[in-house]
Amino acid sequence: MSTPTHEYHPDSTGSKIGMWLFLFTELLLFGGMFLLYAVYRVKNPADFHYASLNLDTKTGAINTAILLTSSLTMVLSIGMLERRHRKASLWFLIITIGFGVWFLVNKYLEWSHKIHHGIYPGSEELTGRTAGENLFYSLYFLMTGLHGIHVVAGMVVLGVMVWMIGKPHHRVLPVTALPVDAQAHAVSVTVEYSEDAKLDQQKLIRLENAGLYWHLVDVIWIFLFPLFYLIS
Amino acid sequence: MNAEKHPPVSLGTYLMVWLALLALTALTIAVASMHFGAWSVLAAIVIATIKGTLVLLYFMHLRYEDRMFRIMLLLALFTLAVIMLLTFVDVLLR
Repeated sequence: MSTPTHEYHPDSTGSKIGMWLFLFTELLLFGGMFLLYAVYRVKNPADFHYASLNLDTKTGAINTAILLTSSLTMVLSIGMLERRHRKASLWFLIITIGFGVWFLVNKYLEWSHKIHHGIYPGSEELTGRTAGENLFYSLYFLMTGLHGIHVVAGMVVLGVMVWMIGKPHHRVLPVTALPVDAQAHAVSVTVEYSEDAKLDQQKLIRLENAGLYWHLVDVIWIFLFPLFYLIS
Repeated sequence: MNAEKHPPVSLGTYLMVWLALLALTALTIAVASMHFGAWSVLAAIVIATIKGTLVLLYFMHLRYEDRMFRIMLLLALFTLAVIMLLTFVDVLLR
C-alpha cells in the first residue's frame, strides 16, 4: 500500500529564521537613516536643537503610547491563539489594527499642521531657513514617512491574519488521505479546525511572524520618538 | 529544533512589560525636560535601548527562543555598529 500524500510539516524555527533575516534588512535600512541623522546632527547641533523644539512632544508621546499598547494587544492575540481562544485572538488583532489607524490619524494631523505652516521639504518657508533646519525636517519627513509606510504594511499583514484566522475553520482533505477501505465511499473529507493540529500550528506560526514585523515597527518608533521630539 | 518547547508566556508577563514600557516613556520625557545638555542625549538613547530590548526579549520572544536567534540579532547589530563607527571616524577625522 503506497499513499503518495504530500505531507505538510510546519517548521516553526525555519520560518522564524526567514522572518528575522527580513527584519535585519529593515534594521539596516533604518540604521542607515539613523546614521544620516546622527552625522548631520553632529554637524548642525544648534539648528537641530532649534528645529526639534517645534515638534509637538505631546503628539509624539501619545503616538508612542499607542504603538506600545498595540504591541501589547498583538502579543495578547498570539497568546490567545496559543491557548486556542480563536475569537479573543481575532478581537485583539482587530484592536491592534485599530491602534494602527489611530497612530496614522495622529501622524496625518501632525504632518498637515506642519505643511499648513509651510514646513515641508523644498517649501518656500524652509528655503529661507538654515541648512541644518532643512536637514532636520527632510529627515523628519523621510523617516517618519517611511515608518508610516511600515505601519500601513503591518496593518495589511494583520488584516490578512484576521482573514486567515477568521475564515471557516476546516479544510478539505483529498480522498487519498483516508484509509484505503474508506476511500471508495467518500468524495472528500473535511477536518474541523480544532481537531486539525497541523493547520492550527501553521496559523500560529504565521501570526507570530506577523507579530514580529509589527513589533519591529514599534522598536523603530521607540528610537524615532526621542531623536526627533525630545533631544533638544 | 522545535520552537514550541516553551509553554505559552503568561499574559501577566506581557502586561508587566507593557507597564514598564509606558513608565520608561514617561521617564524619558521627564529627563528630556530637565535639560542636562549632552547628557540628556545619552539618557534618551539609553532609555530607548532599554525599551527596545524589552520589546525584543519579551514581545518578540527572543528570551524564549533558541540561542541562535539572539546570536543572529547581535551579529546584525554588530554590523550596524561597525558601519556607524567607521562612518563617524571618517566624518570626524576628515
